[in-house]
Amino acid sequence: MVEFTLPANSKPREGKRWPAPAGATKIRNFKIYRYDPESGENPRIDTYPVDLATCGPMVLDGLIKIKNEIDSTLTFRRSCREGVCGSCAFNIDGVNTLACIKAIEDIKGDIKIYPLPHLPVVKDLVPDLSVPYAQYRLIMPWLQADTAPPAGERLQSPKERERLDGLWECILCFCCQTSCPSYWWNGDRYLGPAVLLQAYRWIADSRDEATGERLDQLNDPFRVFRCHTIMNCTATCPKHLNPGKAVAEIKSLLAKRMM
Amino acid sequence: MPATERPLSPHIQIYRPQITSGLSIFHRITGVALTLGTLLLTWWLVSAAYGPEAFATAQAFLGSLIGQLVLWGFTFAVFYHLANGVRHLLWDFGWGFELEQLRFSGIVMLAFAAVATLVTLIAGYALAGGQ
Repeated sequence: MVEFTLPANSKPREGKRWPAPAGATKIRNFKIYRYDPESGENPRIDTYPVDLATCGPMVLDGLIKIKNEIDSTLTFRRSCREGVCGSCAFNIDGVNTLACIKAIEDIKGDIKIYPLPHLPVVKDLVPDLSVPYAQYRLIMPWLQADTAPPAGERLQSPKERERLDGLWECILCFCCQTSCPSYWWNGDRYLGPAVLLQAYRWIADSRDEATGERLDQLNDPFRVFRCHTIMNCTATCPKHLNPGKAVAEIKSLLAKRMM
Repeated sequence: MPATERPLSPHIQIYRPQITSGLSIFHRITGVALTLGTLLLTWWLVSAAYGPEAFATAQAFLGSLIGQLVLWGFTFAVFYHLANGVRHLLWDFGWGFELEQLRFSGIVMLAFAAVATLVTLIAGYALAGGQ
């Protein structure tokens, strides 16, 4: 359901303002969403002045610097620090992206960092992704084939392989999923752009023999057709993929099948 | 479910307004406006069938400043919804999903709606000028 306000327990309050480090020459304020599940208090926005003169170029560098030097209780996911693992997906400067490939320089004013939107928060910047993962499981993201495997590999022509370009690169960071207003309001039944891009990745695979079953599963007023081509997904994808187009391909296949 | 309910992370409150979702929600808003505007149009037609007095009341309202503003808005809603509807049709045929195309078709659609509204208003006032 559409809801424009947050529940009472979710409204962030003004939090702690940390002192500027001594001798700092190039201060930028990081305003970060904090939530401590043990305190029972509402989330808060803490302000951390960071000296950019001694900080790496990316937003993730700033977060790591804060955790190392200012406040070790700050909690966030990160791993590869080069845009291939999808762990450090946050809402940064109002848009979902990966902290490791978002340059601090590209942001004007304070660096505002929130967890991915409209998800239950486990702690600080760590959201509970159980629902999107369950949805991912639902679409059976593996190769399905009834025919006996050939002696070697299941081969593809270069052209067939080309159809997977723009799909296989998805790292499941869920930036697109949580940028979609339709997913915000119907995330319990609408599968969302990331999961649908993955669904299409298997539909488009020439080696997969379960296309019919996959389309049967998706043909539902909610699972696919809650996509209203809003296209925030494509606008936000840090890997420059096109989830909105993948959803349209599924819709098109479903429509063609009806005719 | 945990002992204390987990907070919901902020969404529409913090997401930077996007051209993509902005144009989309305005399509929905103009759709609702068209439904209400059609009721208004029906009221005007019914009043004409009802008699001179009722028609005079309807005319007086639609001729007032507020009435004219409503009609301007209704006219823009018609053209916006029409043009964006065509945009949706093109998407249904698989055209225009790249980011540059999305922005381009959005601008073309807005420009069309604005120009068509202006032309209609100018034509409308020119025709009504005699009264």
